[in-house]
Amino acid sequence: MKKTHNRGYKFSQYVLPQIILLAYTVLALFPIVLIIQNSLKTRKAIFKAPLTPPLPGTFSLEGYQTVFERSNFQLYFVNSLVVTVVSILLVLFLGAMAAYALAEYKFPGNTLLGLYLALGIMIPIRLGTVSILRLVVSMGLIDTLTALILVYSAQGLPLTIFVLQQFMQQVPRELKEAARIDGASEYRIFGLVLPLVRPAVATVAVFVMIPIWNDLWFPLILAPGEKTRTVTYGAQQFLGQFVSDWNAVLSSLTLAMIPILLLYILFSRQLIRGITAGAVK
Amino acid sequence: MAGVTYDNVTKKYGDVTALKNLSLEIYDREFLVLVGPSGCGKSTALRCLAGLEEITEGEIRIGDRVVNDVPPKDRDIAMVFQSYALYPHMSVYDNMAFGLKLRKTPKDEINRRVHEAAQILGIEPYLDRKPKALSGGQRQRVALGRALVREPSVFLLDEPLSNLDAKLRVQTRAEITKLHKKLATTFIYVTHDQVEAMTMADRIAVMKDGVLQQVASPQELYDHPVNLFVAGFIGSPAMNFFNGTLTGDANEMYVDTGAFRLRLSDETAKKVNAYLGKSVVLGVRPEDVHSPEFLPTDVLGAAIHARVELTEMMGSEIYVYMVAGEDQNFIGRIDPRAKYTMGQEVEVVFNLDSIHLFDQDTEKALL
Repeated sequence: MKKTHNRGYKFSQYVLPQIILLAYTVLALFPIVLIIQNSLKTRKAIFKAPLTPPLPGTFSLEGYQTVFERSNFQLYFVNSLVVTVVSILLVLFLGAMAAYALAEYKFPGNTLLGLYLALGIMIPIRLGTVSILRLVVSMGLIDTLTALILVYSAQGLPLTIFVLQQFMQQVPRELKEAARIDGASEYRIFGLVLPLVRPAVATVAVFVMIPIWNDLWFPLILAPGEKTRTVTYGAQQFLGQFVSDWNAVLSSLTLAMIPILLLYILFSRQLIRGITAGAVK
Repeated sequence: MAGVTYDNVTKKYGDVTALKNLSLEIYDREFLVLVGPSGCGKSTALRCLAGLEEITEGEIRIGDRVVNDVPPKDRDIAMVFQSYALYPHMSVYDNMAFGLKLRKTPKDEINRRVHEAAQILGIEPYLDRKPKALSGGQRQRVALGRALVREPSVFLLDEPLSNLDAKLRVQTRAEITKLHKKLATTFIYVTHDQVEAMTMADRIAVMKDGVLQQVASPQELYDHPVNLFVAGFIGSPAMNFFNGTLTGDANEMYVDTGAFRLRLSDETAKKVNAYLGKSVVLGVRPEDVHSPEFLPTDVLGAAIHARVELTEMMGSEIYVYMVAGEDQNFIGRIDPRAKYTMGQEVEVVFNLDSIHLFDQDTEKALL
C-alpha cells in the first residue's frame, strides 16, 4: 500500500472507498486463506490455533499425503476437468448460436422464445432433480460423466443465451450487412460476430464454470461411483459422520481450488470488460 | 458496368410506408445522389437495391436483370457504410480481401487487386494495421477500398462522409468524385447534405417522406425546383419564401405579400396569368437579394424596404438577416462593401429574373 501525505486528498473520496474495498477483500479471502494455511499444518495445530500460519514446528504435508495415497484424486481431477470443460464448450457453442439467432433474426415468437430460454435463470435446475434422475436412469446414463455434462449444459444455457443475446444485439448491424454483401454465409457472419463479444463470452464462461466445478449435488445423485467421482465429491469422503480427517479435507479443497483460480486469473481481464461493458462507454 | 432501374418500388414496414412507388432510372456510369432529410427513405432505397431489405412491391433491375430475389452477394454491388463497418479483428489487407476470398478468387489476383486499390487510395502503408489503429479518414478509405477491390458494376455509398470532420469531408468529397471518373462505374450516393449532393452528382434525386420529388442535374435543380420542398432544401442559406397573392391585371401584375408589392416582369406575368387573384408563394434565393449600390448592371430589380436584424460577415459576402413589414423574415447574401448595421432601415433589390413562384395549395412551381 502506498501511503499518501497529500493533505489535499479527500478522505471520503479516495481513502474511504479503499478501506471499504480492502475490508471486503479481507472478508472474501479469509476462508480461502484459512483453508490453504491449515492444509499445510499438523492435525493438532489445526485445532489449537487455526488462525496462525504454518510455522516450522507445525508445518506438515500429511493431508496431501492422505489425499494422494488413500484416494484416487488424480482420477477425480480428470473427471472434474472433463465434465467442466466439455460442458462449458457445449454451453458456449450452443448458447452463442441460439443468442445469435435470437439477436439477429426477426421471426414471430422471437421475444417469447428468448423469455422462455431465460426462464431457466430464475428456476433452479435442482427443482427437477427427481425427473432428471428418472430420465438419466431410463437412458442408462447413471454413473456416467455424460449424464453430468448434459445436466450442466442445460444448467448453463439460460444465462449464456440471455447475456450473449444482449451483447450480440450491440454489434453494429452494418457490420453484418457488410459481410452479407461481401458474400459471407450466415455461419461465417456468426464467426465474425463471435470475436466481437469475446469479453461477454469470457464472463459467461466463468459464471457458468464455477457452479459446475463446485457442484456436489448432481455428482452425488447421478454419478456417485468411484470411477466417475468429481473433485468436490471426492473431498467429501474425508468428512465422516463421526470422524473427519481435516488435514485431508482441507488439502483436497485447496487442490480443488487451484484450477478454478488459474482459469479465473486467465479470464479476469476479459471478465472485467464484460461486466463493465455498457456501463462505461 | 450497369444502370439501375427502380420500377414502382414500394417498401412498407408494417403500417409505415418508407418508399412510395419509387420509379427512378439511373444510367450506366452515372453519379447519382439521393438526398433528403432524415427519414425520407433515401437509405431505404439504397438498402433495397443492396438486397438488405426486401421490397414490398415493384421491381428493381440492375442492368437488365431483375434482382428482387437475388441475395446481396450476387447482385454485383459493393456498399460503403456510414460507420465504415470494418471487421475490427482483421487487418486492413484482410478487410479488403475478405469478399474476394469468399468468392474463391485466386491468391495472386487478390493480392494484385488489394494493392492496386490501396495505391489508388493511398493506404498502402497501413495494410498490416488493424482498423482501430487508423484515423477516421483512413478507415473511410479502407471502407472504400473494400468496395473497390470487388470491382462491382454499381457502387452504393450510404453517407460515407458523415463521420469525418469538415475539412476531411471536403477533401474526401473531391477524391470520391475523382474515383468515379477514374473507375467509370455507376455510383449511387446517399446523403442528407445538399452541399455534397450539389458538388458530386451528375444528377440529384431529392426525396421526402418516401416520395421522389425531383430528379435533375444540380444546376437544373437549383434553378428550377419543381416544388416548395426542393426549393427550400437545395441551397444554403435556404431560399426565402413569402406568402402572397397575385394582383393587378395581365398587363401589370404584382405579387402582394402584405409587406411589399413586387411587380412581375411581363415574361413572368404571362406564364402565371391563370393564377391571377390566387394565393402563391414567392421564392427568392439569398443571392438574388442585392444592395442597390452594388447592383449588377444586367439585373432587372425591384426595390423592397426592410429592416436589418443581424449581419454575418463571411468575407466574400455578408449574410444579412432582414425583416420586411411586420414579420417577413428573409436573408440576403450581399456584397461585403455594403455597410449594413443592425436595426438599420434599408432598401434592398430583388432580382426579378430569378424569382420563383409556387402554388400555395399544391406547393408546385408555377414558373
